[in-house]
Amino acid sequence: MTTLAVIDYGMGNLHSVSKAIEHVADAGVVIKVTSDPAQILAADKVVFPGVGAIRDCMSELHRLELDDVIRECTKTKPFLGVCLGMHALLDRSEENEGIDCLGIIEGTVRRFAKGLTDDAGEKLKIPHMGWNEVFQMMPHPLWKDIEDGSRFYFVHSYYVEMAKPDFIAGSTNYGGAFTSALARENVFALQCHPEKSQHAGLQLLKNFIGWDGSL
Amino acid sequence: MGLAKRIIPCLDVRDGRVVKGVQFVDIRDAGDPVEVAKRYDEQGADEITFLDITASSDNRDTIVDVVSKVAGQVFIPLTVGGGIRTVDDIRLMLNAGADKVGINTAAVSRPEFVREAAEKFGSQCIVVSIDAKCTSAEGEQKKWEIFTHGGRKGTGLDAIEWAIRMVDYGAGEILLTSMDRDGTRDGFDLELTRAICDAVDVPVIASGGVGNLDHLADGIIEGKADAVLAASIFHFGDHTVGEAKAHMASRGIEVRRMAAKPSA
Repeated sequence: MTTLAVIDYGMGNLHSVSKAIEHVADAGVVIKVTSDPAQILAADKVVFPGVGAIRDCMSELHRLELDDVIRECTKTKPFLGVCLGMHALLDRSEENEGIDCLGIIEGTVRRFAKGLTDDAGEKLKIPHMGWNEVFQMMPHPLWKDIEDGSRFYFVHSYYVEMAKPDFIAGSTNYGGAFTSALARENVFALQCHPEKSQHAGLQLLKNFIGWDGSL
Repeated sequence: MGLAKRIIPCLDVRDGRVVKGVQFVDIRDAGDPVEVAKRYDEQGADEITFLDITASSDNRDTIVDVVSKVAGQVFIPLTVGGGIRTVDDIRLMLNAGADKVGINTAAVSRPEFVREAAEKFGSQCIVVSIDAKCTSAEGEQKKWEIFTHGGRKGTGLDAIEWAIRMVDYGAGEILLTSMDRDGTRDGFDLELTRAICDAVDVPVIASGGVGNLDHLADGIIEGKADAVLAASIFHFGDHTVGEAKAHMASRGIEVRRMAAKPSA
């Protein structure tokens, strides 16, 4: 039996994430949507989702005493951050006039610049919303059976700028390339929403369920 | 290459059934919403929108049930509109599995509601629906006004100014419906679509009037919309979403090709 904790800290649609995982998990996987530090620490794998604003995210994590729990989990077990759950792993975010994040991965969360245009000179909208290509920048167990350049669903106005290129696992183009996936040892995090990315997203979640955290 | 333009089938749901009428009369039954949503997902729809047009508030639970069932089987973004008036309405829909909610009449009656909703849940899940009708006379500078109650009630609000204001209040996306074209199959009001798309920096979904596949492509190419929404052409078997995408691609529009199903 494998237990998988989906961290519940009141930010956004956790049901989508847990429903998608349920859909691809076999009967041997027990999914717990929880804010209980003990349950999260005891789980074999951890998913850290989230939509919304980073200030609320960080203050809720702190209030629920989950910041150190997350730090611990990212050292020891397969860990998947999604969207705001990716941003929170970085050093700092520009959102909400600047917020310190967990500092697990070196880098900064920045806002898309105003006035971005595509290759044809058309104005790019913010939020970056819809299906865009994710190019795989390193081989990784979570990319198994996912074609390079597959489209995933995005909805965000801020993106991750990595301090070092070594941990960039996926790259996407929106008025320039940005990091849409990062990976370091047992940690993987995505800007896009695998739970809303139909077949490619479900495949990634399935890969995560089967991942032992090694590369 | 980059972000794909989206095709969004819209399901008008009344008392738990998908229905479609022409300008709110001559309503035809188009099936079970869960089955219809699954079919569109399999055809490659990029998102699905449910518009709850249930007349009686007693039957509101049915849409929640529909969304919840669909969210357990269809893993693409889901939007629910119709009768969203309070923060509790939004929470109920998001908890049922919706990713975004469409706010229409409530935004007109109390614009601050949009601000409160965006602050509470984030702009990414707040779609403001705008129903606009052309009110300028022939030969005059084009002008569109916001209408509510299915296009019956004028508000005096200018559509472009209203769109800008709604984005300022936190709308993350605009669903723009031309009430002159809705149900006519004459194509989108492209001038209106273009005017709104040029005026705001958030994505705009064009809606109202699609009768053939060229209309969808026109909405993107000439209207500059980020996404196109249609109902009738998909509901009654005229076209599949896949055909619509193939046609749009043939006109040079970037669309999402479906990935392979997850391995067993």
